[in-house]
Amino acid sequence: MDVQLWTYILVGLTFAIYIGIAIWAKAASTSDFYIAGAHVSPLTNGMATAADWMSAASFLSMAGLISFMGYDGAVYLMGWTGGYVLLALLLAPYLRKFGKFTIPDFIGDRYYSNFARTIAVICAVIVSFTYVAGQMRGVGLVFSKFLEVNIDIGVLIGMAIVFFYAVLGGMKGITYTQVAQYCVLIFAFMVPAFFISFQLTGNPIPQLGFGSTLADGSGQYLLEKLDELHTELGFAAYTSGTKSMQDVFFITAALMIGTAGLPHVIVRFFTVPKVRDARISVGYALIFIAILYTTAPAIAAFAKYNLMETVNEESYTEMPEWFGTWEETALLTWVDKDDNGIITYAPGAAIEGLPDIQRNEAGEIIRGVYGEVKVNNQVTSGANELYVDRDIMVLANPEIANLPAWVAGLVAAGGLAAALSTAAGLLLVISTAVSHDLIKKQIKTDISDKSELMWARISAAGAVLVAGYFGINPPGFVAEVVAIAFGLAAASFFPAIILGIFYKKMNLQGAIAGMIAGLLFTLAYVVFFKIAFPEYNTPEYWWFGISPEGIGTLGMLLNLTVSFAVGMIFPEPPEEVQNMVEEIRYPQ
Amino acid sequence: MSERDLKGYWKKNLKYLGILLSIWFIVSYGFGILLAPTLNDIQIGGFKLGFWFAQQGSIYTFVILIFVYVYLMNNLDKEFNVRED
Repeated sequence: MDVQLWTYILVGLTFAIYIGIAIWAKAASTSDFYIAGAHVSPLTNGMATAADWMSAASFLSMAGLISFMGYDGAVYLMGWTGGYVLLALLLAPYLRKFGKFTIPDFIGDRYYSNFARTIAVICAVIVSFTYVAGQMRGVGLVFSKFLEVNIDIGVLIGMAIVFFYAVLGGMKGITYTQVAQYCVLIFAFMVPAFFISFQLTGNPIPQLGFGSTLADGSGQYLLEKLDELHTELGFAAYTSGTKSMQDVFFITAALMIGTAGLPHVIVRFFTVPKVRDARISVGYALIFIAILYTTAPAIAAFAKYNLMETVNEESYTEMPEWFGTWEETALLTWVDKDDNGIITYAPGAAIEGLPDIQRNEAGEIIRGVYGEVKVNNQVTSGANELYVDRDIMVLANPEIANLPAWVAGLVAAGGLAAALSTAAGLLLVISTAVSHDLIKKQIKTDISDKSELMWARISAAGAVLVAGYFGINPPGFVAEVVAIAFGLAAASFFPAIILGIFYKKMNLQGAIAGMIAGLLFTLAYVVFFKIAFPEYNTPEYWWFGISPEGIGTLGMLLNLTVSFAVGMIFPEPPEEVQNMVEEIRYPQ
Repeated sequence: MSERDLKGYWKKNLKYLGILLSIWFIVSYGFGILLAPTLNDIQIGGFKLGFWFAQQGSIYTFVILIFVYVYLMNNLDKEFNVRED
């Protein structure tokens, strides 16, 4: 059976499972819809959190990103796992004890103000929408790459599936589908990793193979060889990276703190019955996440080694079959600058922009003298002749390593599982922010549980439609903005929640001033460098050498400073709020 | 339960947080970033040590830290009689 047939079978099978779970786990009350009735076991919640957290980007793009960043890839590895320590120690147990439904709920009650609640709603909706558009796009991409379906139709299929279980089951449906999705995605990620690790190093455990010697008989360590290949071709050594130390520091911090401030992650810890369940549940979540996050850097190194060994200074006609396949999808392009038929791989871009394949009037691909796929792009003056899309490192891995066809089908199902599970969690945050924090708490406070549930379903349906729209018509700056969602979460929610728990005397005025200052500062810095004046987006213009990706850390410090300064001017919070803070600090 | 007991519970909790978060910081930001170039002179198997902390070791440490915290807090809950049934 070929790859495409396997993909249809595996994707169809997993989708049938998700729909089955949706029908079985229908929500009967708002408590079911918002927090799965707070009946989820810690282990189940840990697994669901891991799927919620690991998005299309973690599954498809992260290993590829690391492969081209080398050491610098650590910002993602540490940044997207270290936040769980903050979650476990500083947030999850206390928010569980608080025992309401949403983050805006906590902000609104703790700072005794519907104004604060509304600001929190706005932050939650902005952060979640920027993130969810990327997920829907990811679903479309997987469909178009593996099943040759039009990307927009792929987005529509994804919308229909999410619609089904998010609208019917709410958090209850999402939780149990996420468990299934975690199993699919981790299996799909690990199988090729075991194979490739074994092929290259003789050790099937990727975390160990990563530090082993090559199986080619040379006795040389994989990483040592990789450093050698890099320096030979004029790249920075794989294990040392190119970013400045302070930038690595600030980006890692922004991602960690942002992780701990993302509403769709925090809200998962409202679904377990007890405070101690919330604590251990974060631990389980991080184990499940760590399995993928410690494997990804190994895959990155294996894939980079395979790529460099295969292509450099080899003639195009000697390339394996997969090279041609991925050329046709515009993820790989070779431009023969010196007309010698040999591929030169060197630092710098090979072409301007993304590859745009040349086609004749009949729509057939135009090929060069060696049979290579021609592109319309302007070539650069640098020596590099090869364009490699980072996503190829995961997508093409099964073919590069000559794995059986079902493995490639599995990778497609895994990518879809990762994108759908994250999308559902985000959509739930948006729908609860509307039905609970706006309608129930502010507009129509006497609404019955039944009609609130109705509103929750309507808002979930609305959110799916909006997310689908952005998936089909992605705003040009989406990729830019997704990375920034973390900075925004770090600069707005995190300090307000932490101060709310650990500093009893923090008042409404301080917290609101802090959130607004942190948010505006981070947004202004990002918009300036990323959207308004991208030509200035270089280290010499950055403040203290901090890139827009890392500025959230500074935004968070600003938030804290402003909160304390403004907080001192105004009176202490009312007695009952201080008592509430006292209350959430003790499990009983 | 007297007022003094709860104060003691919170104080101990903050002490645990201080210690665990210091380790969190030293391992990731210290070994993985600030000291990484120095630690890279040490080679363990195929890994340079600073690189290993940045891409593997810190993640293992995070997992261990959370489970140590869970263990400490469960004991603390029992000691101060604030454990939920």
